[in-house]
Amino acid sequence: MEALATPLRIVLAALVFLMIAVTEYPAGAQAQSVNPTKSAVSEAQLLQQSRTIRGLGSIPDTKSYTLEQPAGRDWRHFHEVTLRWIGGTAILGMLAVLVIFYLSRGMVRIEAGRSGRTIVRFNAFERFVHWMTAVCFVILALSGLNITFGRPLLLPLMRPESFTAFSEWAKYAHNYLSFPFTLGVVLIFLMWLGSNIPTRVDLEWLKRGGGMIGHDHPPAYRFNAGQKLIYWVVVLGGGAAAVSGYVLIFPFYGTTIETMQQAEMVHSIVAMLFIAAMLAHVYIGTIGMEGAFEAMGSGSVDLNWAKEHHSLWLEKEGVRSRSDPSQPQPTVAPGG
Amino acid sequence: MARMKFLCDADRCIECNACVTACKNEHEVPWGINRRRVVTLDDGKPGERSVSMACMHCTDAPCQAVCPVNAFYTTADGVVLHSKDICIGCGYCFYACPFGAPQYPHVGNFGSRGKMDKCTFCAGGPEPDGSIAEYEKYGANRLAEGKLPLCAEMCATKSLLAGDGEIIEEIYKERVAKRGYGSGAWGWKTAYRETVSS
Repeated sequence: MEALATPLRIVLAALVFLMIAVTEYPAGAQAQSVNPTKSAVSEAQLLQQSRTIRGLGSIPDTKSYTLEQPAGRDWRHFHEVTLRWIGGTAILGMLAVLVIFYLSRGMVRIEAGRSGRTIVRFNAFERFVHWMTAVCFVILALSGLNITFGRPLLLPLMRPESFTAFSEWAKYAHNYLSFPFTLGVVLIFLMWLGSNIPTRVDLEWLKRGGGMIGHDHPPAYRFNAGQKLIYWVVVLGGGAAAVSGYVLIFPFYGTTIETMQQAEMVHSIVAMLFIAAMLAHVYIGTIGMEGAFEAMGSGSVDLNWAKEHHSLWLEKEGVRSRSDPSQPQPTVAPGG
Repeated sequence: MARMKFLCDADRCIECNACVTACKNEHEVPWGINRRRVVTLDDGKPGERSVSMACMHCTDAPCQAVCPVNAFYTTADGVVLHSKDICIGCGYCFYACPFGAPQYPHVGNFGSRGKMDKCTFCAGGPEPDGSIAEYEKYGANRLAEGKLPLCAEMCATKSLLAGDGEIIEEIYKERVAKRGYGSGAWGWKTAYRETVSS
């Protein structure tokens, strides 16, 4: 019995193994026919669902879990084509308008000539804030334009290493000067807000074409409608440029690549229009109008200039200084 | 000339991160910078796939197009390289890149970026091939030695393929035909504007 048991057990085991193999085979064949791609994620499908493909990774840098974001291609088109058109049109268009305007109209003179007597228009603090903001603006504008137009316009004129050295300094200047610039915009907003609320006088001023386009001198308080427009361009444009700029200066502080692309678009479009608007501001403040620069230069303007451009303001100031004997008394004809 | 490409066969990737490690070691990539990473999609769900991703060395590369200082150049092999001497660390290539490839060392205050770093397809930079200066800035130049990128060489399942685009495409197509499925060449449509028919 003992001698027979071992071979019998082997045969039995072989039979059982065979049975299992035979019964299991169809199941195995079935498993092979299951298509593993059926439930697999597909790139085309994921890109249809969302603009980015995101998953999980095993390195600490969570922003690397974004596998793909083809939107970079759209942003590239904006940066390389759209923005250059917007910026080029706005800035060159404004320059052309100003040149044509200057050639046809020339400098707007003080009609009554200089009286030789002056009145304070902007105090030292106001002028300091203005020039701090202005100097920052010019550097920010030039270093910003370098990012958009430097490569096609400036790089061909210099060695790549020199252009890089210049652009790197421009980048640092752009980043750091944003702080005094923003401070300036905030101070401008606060210190001149009271005089820049649109009123009925502005409508009349605009209707008569103001001091530049029209040939007469509509009354205005401290700021006329054109100056109020510049004020709001600076406050709103500067504000938008500052906010979008800080989004970019602090990458991934609550932002994604997509929001940074959008911030860059807002920042650059606002900046281009801002630069164009400021060209007009600089024009009127310098060669466009006699006696205007002094307001921000020495801070005092000629009485006849004030009479022609800011009659209502002069009246008010005249009343105030008459009641204050320490101030020099400007002689103002009633009714401006 | 060959047109160098990467192809990650996601149906083979086992998310072992050997490609990531090989890359970091080969080029002595500093802390906080990863030229290559593995992203797992639908983690833990049926149909989960992992994809190893780095710079894809795009055709008509968007980084090269938007760079304000023209730091990028494309080699005759189709490899997109850049010069760290020219880069100003502005971050524009990162906005434009569809694959999140550019990396920046964190220097100075706020989000100040240092010189950009990214996958070089193991092809170094503008310095002389194999020079110390090249190694310090960009890592090893294996291509100049006739070798392919180490990430793909190191891949245990041969999921990550690197080399002549036509050859790796052929290898992938053969695999798909043989096993009967394939989730496609990830990123190819975005990077090269073509897909591998499978």
